[in-house]
Amino acid sequence: MRRVLTAAAAAALALAISACGGDQGAGTAAPASSTVDPASVSGTVTWWDTSDATTEAPAFKELVAEFEAKYPKIKVNYVNVPFADAQNKFKTAAQAGSGAPDVLRTEVGWVAEFASLGYLAPLDGTPAVDRPEDFLPAPAAAGRYNGKTYAVPQVTDTLGLLYNKKLLKEAGYENPPATFAELKQAALDVKAKTGADGLALNVDSYFLLPFIYGEGGDLLDVTNKKITVASPQSTAGVKIVEDLITSGAAAKPSIQDSYTNVQTAFKEGKVAMIFNGPWSNADNLSGKAFKDDPDNYGIAPVPAGSVKAGSPTGGHTYAIYAGSPNLQASYLFVQFMASAESQAKIAGKLGLLPARASAYELPDAAANDMIGKWKAPMEKAVDRPWIPEGGQLFQPLLERYQKLANGEATAEQVTQETAQAYQGLLKGWSL
Amino acid sequence: MTTDLADGAAAAVTRDRGRATAGSRPPGRLRRALSTHWYAWAMCAPVVIVTAVLVGYPLLRGVYLSLTDATEANMGRTIGMNVIPASYEFVGLRNYADILTSAEFASRLGWTVVWTVVCVACHFGLGLGLAMLLNRPMRLRAFYRVMLVLPWAVPSFVSAFIWRYLLNGDYGVVNAMLRAAGLPGIAWLDDPFWAKVSVIVVNVWLGVPFMMLALLGGLQAIPRELHEAAEVDGATPWQRFRHITLPGLRPVSSTVILLGTIWTFNQFPVIFLVTRGGPGGSTEILVTYAYRLAFEGIRDYAGSAAWGMVILALLVVLAAVYRRALHRQGEVW
Repeated sequence: MRRVLTAAAAAALALAISACGGDQGAGTAAPASSTVDPASVSGTVTWWDTSDATTEAPAFKELVAEFEAKYPKIKVNYVNVPFADAQNKFKTAAQAGSGAPDVLRTEVGWVAEFASLGYLAPLDGTPAVDRPEDFLPAPAAAGRYNGKTYAVPQVTDTLGLLYNKKLLKEAGYENPPATFAELKQAALDVKAKTGADGLALNVDSYFLLPFIYGEGGDLLDVTNKKITVASPQSTAGVKIVEDLITSGAAAKPSIQDSYTNVQTAFKEGKVAMIFNGPWSNADNLSGKAFKDDPDNYGIAPVPAGSVKAGSPTGGHTYAIYAGSPNLQASYLFVQFMASAESQAKIAGKLGLLPARASAYELPDAAANDMIGKWKAPMEKAVDRPWIPEGGQLFQPLLERYQKLANGEATAEQVTQETAQAYQGLLKGWSL
Repeated sequence: MTTDLADGAAAAVTRDRGRATAGSRPPGRLRRALSTHWYAWAMCAPVVIVTAVLVGYPLLRGVYLSLTDATEANMGRTIGMNVIPASYEFVGLRNYADILTSAEFASRLGWTVVWTVVCVACHFGLGLGLAMLLNRPMRLRAFYRVMLVLPWAVPSFVSAFIWRYLLNGDYGVVNAMLRAAGLPGIAWLDDPFWAKVSVIVVNVWLGVPFMMLALLGGLQAIPRELHEAAEVDGATPWQRFRHITLPGLRPVSSTVILLGTIWTFNQFPVIFLVTRGGPGGSTEILVTYAYRLAFEGIRDYAGSAAWGMVILALLVVLAAVYRRALHRQGEVW
């Protein structure tokens, strides 16, 4: 039975694990934390960092060292967990009641899910939430669930239109397109005049959102518990993508390894415009098209549709495992890591956008010109539905987007079928 | 220690039985079996216990969960300051009814069957061909054997990732070679049809070495005299293959085909790592779909357990039918 992994076995295993976890004794309620003297807190904090192990992790490790210097009694056990595995790994460990870290770098979309499942410690009134009014509203909203704070923002991000200035100029454009109509025309012109492709689309649900937002649509209307992915506005947004593909303005999208192929094409100078976020700055600048000429790298807000320009809010937060035996030390660790000074240092070194307003003013952050360049795209960031099922919304849409990219489905079919799939996921929501 | 316990238990059983039937009869069959074969039971005990704990318990729990509406959210747990009460309920066969009536099930099952049949046929055909080639004396035979077993020695996730790079539509080596030859590239992983072809090719590449090795062993077990006698009688090579090699291989081939079918039916890594079930879900087989239910978003234990049970039931039925068919042909298996 060589390396045969049956779903039944996997499921059974997960169940067995969950069965073991069920008997965990109840922890004692956290003592009123404000009375604890920070200098007297001791313990070991295990932190699962999901940042890129080669390019980003060193900067975070430096911060950890500074924290340990400031609190000599607290030791930090730094563990780098690949982003793609972290969600499942944490859930399995959290549920089993053993092996979970004290602090986890949590993607904004995971917070509501983890919190609803009881994995996260509520942080209101603890030292972890320091000067909450300073946090930008969008990332702060992502850290809240059912009126309680479960995660503290670390960095924020959104999608922007990244462009190759030279290629656009060659096609006769001084400025990047500001609307979807201009985007299509510019892409066609680039293709006709330069030989490079005008626009490359990443076939991924997340990258479809700017088009849906631009036409005034959204996946869900959370306040009214309505599934809006099949609304005329959302469908109009998907239609724009359909038109970009069928008209040839966008290069034929690759479906497997879509993200990597789009990045490669952009870095090689084979395509003039892509959608991506600030996390790709370092990667883009390492490519042939920008390495020797960083000024060639253009960043603009996503183009607007008939209603507005809107891009999804992303980013990462710090969350604390509810079963952590080192809550006090974890609070202090999160407080330190999410402080304006720490965020500014990360911004300065990595070009990631701080989630605190005051961090932008600090010299560390201001020194990195990427921070200023992402300010305009960031202003277009739209809140995503912060619900426990948020993580399940992308797969049904992705499957249909792939069909659209292959010309096997129309925009209407994409949104209608996705809405049907959402009805199965979201009990009690109306269409 | 074990003997005492076993004998004691057996004695208790016979005592009860004696009381029920009244009268003194020779020791019961159970007792006789235990007293003569106690060591066999003792030797089996560790395996039986481990199997019961590792296979039996999860399986029974899986059956139970498949009859409930349990998910990660309502299983009930206490973590630190958070207490979530268990609120899942027994729902009878609803999960099974949902699965069997869903369009998803019919389409996934159809593709899973095609995938299994094509893969196993290619595995067996190519494996047999290579085994026949390697069964004759030739130079560098050991070298060829090692080279052909190599795909099997590489962890399948590594192979899957390498194939994924090779088959990349824009930057893959395969398309680069096609383009260099003046042919248009093929959307290996992006077009539903070619994606199906690609995953089958990858799985065949991975699975042929096992078949080849197993069949090579089977070929070597066929007495040479049979072939020689047939040759003397003037049988053509095809006749020898048809009437000596194939029947001679049957004990091996019947087993490896059944094994291959079960493995391929549940071949998770190839599909999941090469295409992730895409594009548009076109290469998703039953197990990868069940995995999505179990591990994407809030884990649906009941649903995925029910899918697991359906898959298990399908394979059990298949194995039973296959065994009966072999039995009719006079196989003692």
